[in-house]
Amino acid sequence: MIKLTDQPININEAIEAAQAEGAGAVNVFIGTVRNKTQEKQVLSLDFEAYDPMAEKEIQKIVDQAKAKWPVIKAVVVHRKGHLEIGEAAVVIAVSTPHRKASFQACEFIIDTLKQTVPIWKKEIFEGGEEWVSAHP
Amino acid sequence: MELTIQAFGIAKDILGDRKTMLSMNDGATVADLLALLNKEYPAFQKLTSLAVALNEEYAEKEAVLSPADTIVLVPPVSGG
Repeated sequence: MIKLTDQPININEAIEAAQAEGAGAVNVFIGTVRNKTQEKQVLSLDFEAYDPMAEKEIQKIVDQAKAKWPVIKAVVVHRKGHLEIGEAAVVIAVSTPHRKASFQACEFIIDTLKQTVPIWKKEIFEGGEEWVSAHP
Repeated sequence: MELTIQAFGIAKDILGDRKTMLSMNDGATVADLLALLNKEYPAFQKLTSLAVALNEEYAEKEAVLSPADTIVLVPPVSGG
């Protein structure tokens, strides 16, 4: 399951969607909104996505993970729009027969998502805002 | 030819709108588009990177543009 949503992510639903009878492990990563970046206080975040391409790129990453590890199911849900501190921005759940592969596949999916998927994060500070990673 | 360029994130802020029309010679490539953008909108030169997606796939610099393509500017991504 791959989903982009402007509503709060239902974490339990994402985990349930990854469960399978042949699974000995479901590994879950939840990326949440942190209240600071380096020394600056962050008030909230805005996420923008190029939806059709983002979904395709996430599917490519899931396919790569399935080629590397015995992934039974992989669930990736990413939030869009305005998020407050502490909210879940992304939830990834991966089921495999044994635990080690589930950790590795889950880490691969979030690491690669951050590099290739067309989603952009804007941090909103007191008196300003900034697109993350836009400038060197 | 007239091309419609869509932009997200900081690229949208630099162009000032989600969609921008640009006039380019027939046969223009992704590299030509990037050169034009860097010249007309110098703020693009300050970005860490700027990719172009054609029809929802990352495009090579040599790819030739067509008015029928969905052309999207992809500044540095920061999901997750």
